[in-house]
Amino acid sequence: MSYIDSYRRKFLGGLAGTAAVASLAPGVFLREVQAKPAEQAVTDKVRWGMLIDTTKLTDGGDACVKACQNEHGWGHDPESNDAQQAQWIRKVTVTEKLTGHTTTLPVMCQHCETAPCVDVCPTGASMKRADGIVQVNKHICIGCRYCMMACPYKARSFVHENLTDQLPGTPRGKGTVESCNMCVNRVDEGKNPACVDAAPQAMLFGDLNDPQSRISIALKTYGGTQIRADLGLNTGVRYWGI
Amino acid sequence: MATKAIFSEVKSNGLGYWSTLGLLGLVVLGGVWAFTYMHHHGHYVTGMNNQVVWGMPHVFAIFLIVAASGAANIATIGTVFGKTIYQPLGRLSAFLAGSLLVGGLIVLLLDLGSIGHVIEMAKGALNFKSIFAWNMLLYSGFIAIIAVYLWTMMDRRKTAKSLYKPVGIANMVWRFLLTMGTGSIFGFLVARQYYDAAILAPLFIVSSYVFGTAIYTLVLMTSFKMTGRQLGDSVLNRLRYTLAIFIVLVLFFELTRHLTNLYATEHHGVEAYILSGDSKFTTMFWYGQVLLGSLVPLFLIWCRFLKNNRTALFLASSLAIVGGFFQLYVILIGGQSFPLILFPNADVSSSYFDGVSNAYSATTAEILLGLGGVALSLILVVVGMKIFRLLPVTLADANVDPHHK
Repeated sequence: MSYIDSYRRKFLGGLAGTAAVASLAPGVFLREVQAKPAEQAVTDKVRWGMLIDTTKLTDGGDACVKACQNEHGWGHDPESNDAQQAQWIRKVTVTEKLTGHTTTLPVMCQHCETAPCVDVCPTGASMKRADGIVQVNKHICIGCRYCMMACPYKARSFVHENLTDQLPGTPRGKGTVESCNMCVNRVDEGKNPACVDAAPQAMLFGDLNDPQSRISIALKTYGGTQIRADLGLNTGVRYWGI
Repeated sequence: MATKAIFSEVKSNGLGYWSTLGLLGLVVLGGVWAFTYMHHHGHYVTGMNNQVVWGMPHVFAIFLIVAASGAANIATIGTVFGKTIYQPLGRLSAFLAGSLLVGGLIVLLLDLGSIGHVIEMAKGALNFKSIFAWNMLLYSGFIAIIAVYLWTMMDRRKTAKSLYKPVGIANMVWRFLLTMGTGSIFGFLVARQYYDAAILAPLFIVSSYVFGTAIYTLVLMTSFKMTGRQLGDSVLNRLRYTLAIFIVLVLFFELTRHLTNLYATEHHGVEAYILSGDSKFTTMFWYGQVLLGSLVPLFLIWCRFLKNNRTALFLASSLAIVGGFFQLYVILIGGQSFPLILFPNADVSSSYFDGVSNAYSATTAEILLGLGGVALSLILVVVGMKIFRLLPVTLADANVDPHHK
């Protein structure tokens, strides 16, 4: 593709994205997640997903990161150094070398349909729920970190020390791997993930399997970009504006 | 009968034997301390982090596991390919292989974050899509096959003798799978620039022959020297040239791997980082693996003036081991040090070290844990030599080489 074509496509894509948000905005941010009774099994009729419009993230994703920290209690492990500190979600700044165009976006577990972390885990601790949420079963995680080697998004962290006073909704423990679980505890209660509630103008959470859900309509109409789509992982997190 | 050689245990109760055992024991104790220290505090006391998640213990562990497979190759040449001169070397070869594997696995196990959860695997928590899970079976199966293989070599009963060759073949095939499985731990990592290549499986196989042959040669020379047994040039020269051929093969596979990568634009970054960057990995690759670990040993082996020179062989084997260690360090740590590419052709930054080369230096505890595994392997060999008849009484040329004059 020529440079002009590439530019034209990006420009039109940007216009389409802006138009989409403008037209969907009034209804898009309504909660459409239904609480699931505790005794009811998770089903694959649902596939939870997320759409992030980076052009609407006025702070580049800082509020999302903060909300995730508050919800799950990571990022303040006293003994770990910066490189050992857990990060379930981070703000990434991307500057295209040719054009100098800069974008910031929050990056977390992309909840792949065929997740490499699930494939490589020897015990099955790294698992995907029937509804598409990828998470770690800490009871059987042996702490081998192979899933961290396999994740294309660097979305996982290892707990490097003993922890106390963990938050009740988020069991964290030394020697196990952890990552964004799409706030599974909140989703099962019919709530949005914490990051989505922190940036409602830019993020949409919903059921990708339901053609009538707002996220499905938005993605069907205007598409959505996957990070490293070349890997064919069919991620549950999609972006506009990257 | 597998071999006509006569074997005997190490009978010496002298200072040499016990001080060797004592020294190795001290190193093992260092490893035990390292494990309890890391286990008690957590991995924050190591140099490993969320960017470089596998560190020095893994370099040691994978080195020992790969070397184990290669050490058994000496026995294979005797059994499967019928080379009679190798047959007296078979017992030590198989026993050494088992010992190296145990040492490697212990290091791997003791580095786990939640070692207590391993019991869940015994209860059936196994994911068979994982090459790691397959490796658990391949490793434990290898130890079982080695045990039977040793029995076929050491028992005089007819049943044992009749199984000698079939078990030898099974052992060879199993080793192929095992080393392929270990190489595939990296080969199957689709997202990492330096891995994700099927060639890592055969590369690990040929590397295993280098590590294994080198360690075997050192153990054989040292044990024969310390027990006052005769070791002729015929056997040593076979080992010498076997080592050389495998070193050349490793260089060939490395050349192929890097050339293939250099052809693909997406890998230019990582290749430049490893081959021509200013990182320690470039030095380790060119000076550690290629020069010191490959070219110098080849010179020591093929230089006409060093023919039958035992010091040269000892040095060549030692350097091949050092080179192998550098090779694995560059693959493991260098491969992780290069940042993951989320957005090609873009500068990327974040608070989670996106877009930057990741630093790693091993702490004392990690090195002690790795050395503890090496020492444990050697202790098993030293003790094994005293309990079992692993060593031939003599490997003098007249005894092993029918054409010797």
